[in-house]
Amino acid sequence: MHQLQHIPLLNSIWFVLVGILLTGYAILDGFDFGVGILHLFVKKDEDRRILLNSIGPVWDGNEVWLVTGGGALFAAFPGAYATVFSGFYNAFMLLLVALIFRAVSIEFRSKEPSFAWRQSWDIAFSSASFLAALLIGVTMGNITRGIHLDSQGDYVGSFIDLLNPYSLLLGVTVVALFAMHGSIFLVLKTEGELQSTIKGWVPRLIAIFLVLFLCFNAATFFECPDLVTTMIKRPYGFAVLALDIAAAISIGLMVKRGYEFGAFLMSSLTMVLLMAVLGISYFPNIVMSMPDPANSLTITNCSSSHKTLGYMFIIACIGVPIVLAYTVSIYWIFRGKTRLGHVGY
Amino acid sequence: MSVEILSRIQFALTVSFHFLYPPMTIGLGMMLVIMEGLYLKTKNPLFHQLAHFWTKIFGLIFAIGVATGIVMEFEFGTNWAAYSRFVGDIFGSALAAEGIFAFFLESGFLALLLFGWDKVGPKTHFFATCMVCLGSHFSAIWILIANSWMQTPAGFHLERITGSTHVRLPEGYIVKASDLGHVRAVVDNFWGMIFNPSSMNRISHVVLGAWLVGAFLVMSICAWYLLKGRFTTFAKTSMTVAACFAAFTTVLQSISADATARGVVKNQPIKLASMEGVYETHDYTPMTLFGYVDTKKQVVHGPQIPALLSFLCFHNFKQPVQGLLSMPSDEFLAARNPGLSSEKLAEIRPSYWPMVQAVFQTYHIMICVGSAVFGLSFLALTLLWRGWLFRTDNPLIRFLLWIYVFAVIAPQVCMQAGWFTAEMGRQPWIVYNMLKTSDGLSRAVQANQVVFSIILFSLIYTLLFITFLYLLNSKIQHGPDDDVDHHTKAIGVSSDTSDIAGDLFSRKGRASNQK
Repeated sequence: MHQLQHIPLLNSIWFVLVGILLTGYAILDGFDFGVGILHLFVKKDEDRRILLNSIGPVWDGNEVWLVTGGGALFAAFPGAYATVFSGFYNAFMLLLVALIFRAVSIEFRSKEPSFAWRQSWDIAFSSASFLAALLIGVTMGNITRGIHLDSQGDYVGSFIDLLNPYSLLLGVTVVALFAMHGSIFLVLKTEGELQSTIKGWVPRLIAIFLVLFLCFNAATFFECPDLVTTMIKRPYGFAVLALDIAAAISIGLMVKRGYEFGAFLMSSLTMVLLMAVLGISYFPNIVMSMPDPANSLTITNCSSSHKTLGYMFIIACIGVPIVLAYTVSIYWIFRGKTRLGHVGY
Repeated sequence: MSVEILSRIQFALTVSFHFLYPPMTIGLGMMLVIMEGLYLKTKNPLFHQLAHFWTKIFGLIFAIGVATGIVMEFEFGTNWAAYSRFVGDIFGSALAAEGIFAFFLESGFLALLLFGWDKVGPKTHFFATCMVCLGSHFSAIWILIANSWMQTPAGFHLERITGSTHVRLPEGYIVKASDLGHVRAVVDNFWGMIFNPSSMNRISHVVLGAWLVGAFLVMSICAWYLLKGRFTTFAKTSMTVAACFAAFTTVLQSISADATARGVVKNQPIKLASMEGVYETHDYTPMTLFGYVDTKKQVVHGPQIPALLSFLCFHNFKQPVQGLLSMPSDEFLAARNPGLSSEKLAEIRPSYWPMVQAVFQTYHIMICVGSAVFGLSFLALTLLWRGWLFRTDNPLIRFLLWIYVFAVIAPQVCMQAGWFTAEMGRQPWIVYNMLKTSDGLSRAVQANQVVFSIILFSLIYTLLFITFLYLLNSKIQHGPDDDVDHHTKAIGVSSDTSDIAGDLFSRKGRASNQK
């Protein structure tokens, strides 16, 4: 068993920071993907434009959380970065394709008025968002469950091994989570008829997510005995899990009462707590090896040097507050309902 | 084909395609800052219109730059896992810093730049434009720091990891294949790593190149408008700004190019010898203007200027430029191949050279096309000065304007050719004189996976490129939103061609505006 008292503080800080970056990515790009997944269900061109413009000013800033999360993983835990990215080669190539198509379809769609042009980019946008959400979920599922690593820390399974039922279940759950998250975001950004249509979807999306979420938690009990053992040693993890389920349920209650902004915060909180539960049951591992746990990558055996972690911590302390300050300002400037104007998509 | 060759092809393909766009956003970003700054200074609505139009072009280019840039961030891990483990301590931090300092800045303020015209005041909008421009420059700076470290590693030591013990290796330790996975580079001195011997030269060289890309893009579109007689006031003003900026930049670039080349002489003499195809070491080393390397006979065919290379490298006509046949030294080779006789060492020496023909050609393409860029910039400035550039009734001027329309490709060719020179000239090393490219690969990745991704990216990038050109063309055809000529006539701004430069740089513009 790992001796937690021998883990240097900086390594633990970076474990948390990488987690924060990835959680931030899930919350922010999560609603972009959600809007994308729902995009084709909105039929009128004008309404589709409102959907695109609701995420228009922010989606690429949101995507930067992934880029920076990847960069932080590379800087802090190069061993984990190398293993995950080379091990999930095909999945990540597909994810890149999805992200490219998502980006360019937003940009290209509005440039021509023809129906065929717009419909093609709409389909590209929507399926790319769906695929990206699914792949992110499947990747997280495999990390949670553990992947087959050799003694040098390289992945030795195949692409098909990554498509196991447990990881696919998390993939579908993430699609449902993002769709729900995106629908609540859209209720906040739209008005009139479009808003009432979307409002009609929200309870159903919440219900689908809750069912999948509970199934996923149950499956984790059977599929990941190591995580359960760790959780039992850290019983506060169960409290966080209970809070997470409570947060998920409260989304529905808030929507019912008409507190959409509260619901949006709750669905963000659901993601934060979900990542927290994973972090608590996973620490100090970064990539668990299964079936041979001795080959697991931990925050000590694949980390950068103490010096680099320290420099990077200083960089994060300078950079992150500035980033947060202007990100919040920009969200503030673009607050309120999305209306079509002469600038935009 | 081997995973190594395939991964190199994939990296070259994805990075070359990506590298078409960031230089445009860096250069165009500078143009936007100048134009919007002029608007704030002169309050002339013409500059507002300029900024508005070029912002739309900027948005299109930026989107593709972002979309293809993410690929690069992933690719070190997917295809070069062993390299990532070896350099993560240093290279990873530069990439993470790029994310925090550059990408967030660019993409955050891009929202205001593109969508904020009505949401914020002109000063805040100008601030956002400056931040986007600054962000794209930071991005170039960090990625070039990372790349320059691969060219001229500094501020680090090697360490061996066995279990949980880390042993510092002596300076000059030679990494063997069996060390992979156990030995890595670790940062000693953060600033030494950042200011490694080549980073400052290479940053200025690439950023100035990007400025020229932006200026020539603007000049090209404007020249076309002038030839077609459309949006002429708009085009003249944009072209004036761009031509002045291009001429200013070429002056800086010639200084920077000289410094960069002399840096290569000092830090990577093998690369320099390959760039010029120098095999034997002689006094008064000549420079080949263009030509062909006979790699079998180890001679270069082509017109040569005696002693020029010696002069450019050392500012001294006599001092010889060291040839490939004596590099790397016997000592260097013997240390890496113990027990070989000196004849054997001479035999394996070429395996420590890059592909001389390719490096020679890409370098000479950069030099020749770069000289043309230099000439065109000054020609534009001279014609502007004499008031001839916009005389579209003159057939010679029309011919010249057509050259400017197509000259948009020239700085792009220089950027690509220069990048190939730098990267292919670094071979066979991925980290110079330390880690071989063939040792940096991912063990978990098979050739068929790489082939699959190369096919995937080729298809998508082809589609993207065609769509990009189509959309760029339709934006250009559409032109600025309202017809500036009507607009300016209505408010009485001078549209006298010879007066535009004066308008821009004096208070006359403001005065005529208030008529």
